[in-house]
Formats: sequence, structure tokens, C-alpha cells
Amino acid sequence: MDTATLTEEVAAKTIPIYIMGKKYEVPETLTIMKAMEHSGYQYIRGCGCRGGVCGACATVFRRAGDYKIYTGLACQTVVEPEMYLTQIPFYPANRATYDFENAEATAETIYKLYPELFRCVACNSCTKVCPMDVEVLDYISAMKRGDVTAAAEISFDCIQCGLCASRCMGEMAQYHMAQVARRIQGGKIAPKAEHLEKMCGDIDAGTFTDVIEAAKVMTEDELKKVYTEREMEPHMGADEWTPASNHGLA
Amino acid sequence: MASIPSPIHPENLKAVNKIAEISGQNVHECMQCGTCSAVCPMVESMGFTTRMGIHYLQFGEIEPVIKAQIGEYCASCHTCVVRCPRGIDVPKVFEAVRQLVLRTNTDLVNLAEIPKETMAEAPQIAFVSTFRKLTS
Amino acid sequence: MKLGYYPGCTLKTKAANLEVAAMAALDHLGVEYKELSRWNCCGAVFSLADDDLIHQVAPVRNLIRAAQEGCDTVVTICSQCYNTLARANKMVRENEEKRDTLNRFMDEEPDYSGEVEVVHYLSLLRDRVGWEKLRETVTNPLEGLRVAPFYGCTLVRPQEVAIDAVDDKILEGFIRALGAEPTSFTAARECCGSYQMIAHPDEGIKRAAKVIGAANRSAADALILSCPMCEYNLGARQGDVVAATEGLSQVPTYYFTQLLGVALGLDPELCRLDLNGLAAQQLLVEKNFIATATV
Repeated sequence: MDTATLTEEVAAKTIPIYIMGKKYEVPETLTIMKAMEHSGYQYIRGCGCRGGVCGACATVFRRAGDYKIYTGLACQTVVEPEMYLTQIPFYPANRATYDFENAEATAETIYKLYPELFRCVACNSCTKVCPMDVEVLDYISAMKRGDVTAAAEISFDCIQCGLCASRCMGEMAQYHMAQVARRIQGGKIAPKAEHLEKMCGDIDAGTFTDVIEAAKVMTEDELKKVYTEREMEPHMGADEWTPASNHGLA
Repeated sequence: MASIPSPIHPENLKAVNKIAEISGQNVHECMQCGTCSAVCPMVESMGFTTRMGIHYLQFGEIEPVIKAQIGEYCASCHTCVVRCPRGIDVPKVFEAVRQLVLRTNTDLVNLAEIPKETMAEAPQIAFVSTFRKLTS
Repeated sequence: MKLGYYPGCTLKTKAANLEVAAMAALDHLGVEYKELSRWNCCGAVFSLADDDLIHQVAPVRNLIRAAQEGCDTVVTICSQCYNTLARANKMVRENEEKRDTLNRFMDEEPDYSGEVEVVHYLSLLRDRVGWEKLRETVTNPLEGLRVAPFYGCTLVRPQEVAIDAVDDKILEGFIRALGAEPTSFTAARECCGSYQMIAHPDEGIKRAAKVIGAANRSAADALILSCPMCEYNLGARQGDVVAATEGLSQVPTYYFTQLLGVALGLDPELCRLDLNGLAAQQLLVEKNFIATATV
């Protein structure tokens, strides 16, 4: 619907925002990302999932009359009047290459890969800038005292946007270190999911090969038929309901 | 009466003032007794002694003190300050000289040159203190 | 006194042998404490530049944490942590301008003006427990053990944070309370080389050699340490030091808290002697202070 034909009560109110120093009037209900596109910017970088999980669209902004630095994801943050913003889609960050298979499941692995970890001065700039509210200083402290598990847990929500590295006084790339911690925790410390291992075993043993091969050669109509005629748990079924066939699942 | 010329070369005045500002110490109070050098555990590694270092600073000669690496070999043991009869905070003076170098974005130790085995076996405190003192 | 315990980075892993017996000993001696649940690296060593405040943030933030958890005193065992926290605390208490700037910078934390007292574990033993009570609680006196008391630098310098005036000899008092004999050790308050072992390893080794040499000359059976940096230079690297220097002999090293644990009759496993190596355990076995070596 053409906005020009909407009455004033229906059209969204516009507010002024500053994109990289230039003023634009944008509808106040838009996210930063939508507001930038509304203003004529076409994203060729600094944009990804548009769903708040990829870390591509990290945005830094200020508010009028306020010296503080604020951050948010452009795809998730709604514009505010007088918002003064820019995007930092990429900030250079040291990333070590390493052999994960043979790496030890200890903090020493991180010390060897990233000795600059010990340059942290606990300024907390990283935590303050994180758009996902990750307690970055806490996980860096955990790594320094040798607790990989705590570092993995605290850094769980990290989406690798790189803003922490951009503000770090010790010139560290915190999020790369955290990724090593999470990989070690997931791959070497946390107990294996036994049912997952069993399922992978079943797949390798060919339990589902026939079904999949048959499905590959079906026509669209045949697939639709098989799908709609599948056995489904009744909406108001009894708790003890079980399917007629287990189809090879344990 | 003619004014007595300052022993400090005008080119060095800025650095000398910076050292006074960063350290809060007046190197001219030093009477050159040499006690600081006598008790310094790292003096043998330095280009010349701490006493000589202070003497150079009294004349505003910063470069020789930097070249002698007094600030780099200092282990921050603080024996000099508890022994100095004039109460000069000698560690702060050499920290200031060290800062003059560090603040030009120069590291005095190369992280990449620390052997990986050392990174794995030395206590965390060793790295925190090394990087605190010798990296910018 | 609401006592908080600040471990520091090294005591949770590499220097577990400094921590575990220490805390068990506090329980045994009836000193109540609470380990801080949230803390960061103290940022040793204390920053000496007058215009530098960013390096004061790390220690002050820890003092804020202690205050947040309701502690009026915080105890630490690592010498470098003690020195850094104590000096930072003093700076906050005495310098109003720096205190204000720090509080304004750390705007995400509550303000701090030096409400928390910083003490070292040895001061706590001397002042809260007392050498007499300690001696009475010792069930396994380390009789006949000649121990060289190594203070290092950060416990005793600068004077404003020294845990004893030179004549008090806090470590000697501690050693005697355990039933052992302190030796006359000329390098007691000298520097172990500190971070020079990392920055300039050859020079670090030379410095450490002077300390080991003095320990040898004092006819000590053992060298007692209180700092993980000293332990690395004089203990873990002792093999390299002795190999590089003529006329030195190896001397087993212990953290003072480990000997405390042994003398109080605590479970030797708590003393984590496995982290000291075989010679250290064998000495204690020889002298009948512990039953067997655990390595």
C-alpha cells in the first residue's frame, strides 16, 4: 500500500536519526536495519540473518546529550529520536589456527594460542559494549584462572560480532578465545550425548538408507501423499499412545 | 649577574618534565650515594647502574638510560626505595622511563617469542606481570 | 570481621598447592571466611605511573566485589595479589581525585572509597590466631626440619604494605610455631627474579641462583615460599637454575601453607604435595612427617 495514501492517524510517525553523520527522517517503528534501507542504503555487508544470531550487523550509536556509547544489533534494535549511529561490520581480530583434535582440554591450550589473554586490565569495556549482554570480563577472568567450562558457559550467547575486540585495551580478540573454550567444552569436556552417538551409528549401519533412497525417487505427488498419510499422534490421544511402527528408531 | 645555564638541554626538557609528572619524583634530590645500585638484584644485567641512571636523568639525558635498559631489567623488587636515604621512589622513576618507550606503542617483550611450553607451564601471574610491565 | 577470600588467577590451577591446605587450615583453626563468588585478575604488579589509572581498575574492582558480598576484610595468599590489592586500596583511600575518577569510570559498579581492609594470610595467622594458639594446635610438629624462610619482595616492600617490620620476622615466627627451625638465610628478602624469568630468562636464572645459593649456605633442608612467581623461579625451574650454576645443590621447596597443613595433621592429599615433585615428598617421608609419597 502506498504510504502517500495513508491518513495521518495510520501512517507511522517519523523521527530524525543520523546514519554515519547524515540526518534522515525514518518511521519510528523501524529497526535500524530497516531504517537504513528505508533511507536508501543497500546492504552488501554488515547484514546477515536479520534474526539476531549471526553477529554481522553490530551497530554502535549515541543518544543526544549523552556521552555514553551504546550498541545493538541493527536487525533487532528499534530506532530512537536523535540516534547517532554507525556500523562496524568487521574489526581486525587475531585468529589462531590450530589442531583441535590433538589440543589439550585445558586452559593452557588458550594460553598457547592467545598469550595476549594476560594483557587484560579488567577495564570492562568489552562487557559494556556487548550487544548480547555477555559478561565478557567474567569469561576472560575464568580463562585466566584456568576454568574453561565456566568460560564456555558464560560466553554461550556470543554471536561473534567483534565489538568486544574493537574496544579492548589489551588488543585482544576475546570472542576467538571464547570460541576455543566452547569447542573444548563441547568436544572434549562435556559428556557425550549417548543417544546421538547411537543414532549416528544407526544411520551409518544403513537403517534408514532404503527409506531415504525410496523418497529420493518419488514424484512431488507421491511425496505429498506419503506425508499427509503418515501416522500422527492424535491431538487428544491417551498418554500411553505409541506409534504402530517405530521405523527403525530405538 | 649572568644566569646559570641549566644543565638540561632544551631538547630533553620535555622528556624530563614528563618523567617528573609520571613518577612524581624529583631526581635532583638524589645525592648519588649508590645504595640503590648496591641493593639492586638486577643491576648486573643493566647497561650501567641505577645510580648512574639517576645521574643521567639529573642532566636530562634520557636516551642513555633507555639504551641501558634499566627499566627493562628492573624486577620491581622495591629494595631501592626502602633503602634510599633521600626517600626517592626509584622504582617510579624507572617506571616513568619505561613508560616513555611503551607509550610509543612499543613492546619491550615479544609475546610470539615466548616458548609455547613456557606459556603452558609458567604460572598465570608470570604473564600478567610481564605483560603489565613490558608491553604497551 | 566478615572475611572474604580472594584467590587470584594462579591459585585455582598452577598453585593449587598454595591454596587447598591453606583453606583447610583456616577451617581447622576456626577462622570463618567466604570465598568471593565473582572476581577478576588483580592485574599484578601494582602500577607505578602516577598518571595511570586504568591499571588500578582491576584491583579496585575486586575490592568492590568484596564490599558487594558484605566483606569488611579480604584475605589473599598470593603475595603479588596482596601487594597489588593493598596498594590500590591505599591509593583509593588517600587520593580523592583518583578515587573519584575511578568511580566515575566504573559507572557500572557501586562506588568504592576503601571500605574493605586487605590482609595477607600470614598476618591473619599472626593477628587473629596467634603463634601460641597455632603452636598448641600443631599435632605433627616439624621438629628437626631446617627451613630457609623466603619472603620475596611483594610481601615486605614497600613499607606501607609490608606485613612485618623487618625485626618482627613473621615467617620465622610462623616456622617456629610449626615446630621447625628457621635458618639464618641472607637472601630471605631478596628478589627471586620475578617476571624476568619470562622476559629475560638468562638473567632470571642468575637471580634465582643467588637465592638458591644462599639457601644452600644456610644449611637448610627446605626452602619455604609464599608466592607462585617465586615458586616458579625457585621451585619449578630449580633444575635449570642448578644446572646453569656451579656449586649449587637442589633444595626441596614448599609453600608455607603446605607445611602448615602437614604440621596441623591435615590429610596430606590436601597439601597437594604431588605438585611439588618427588624430592619434596621424600624429605617429609624421611623425617616422618608424612607416611608416604603420593606421586
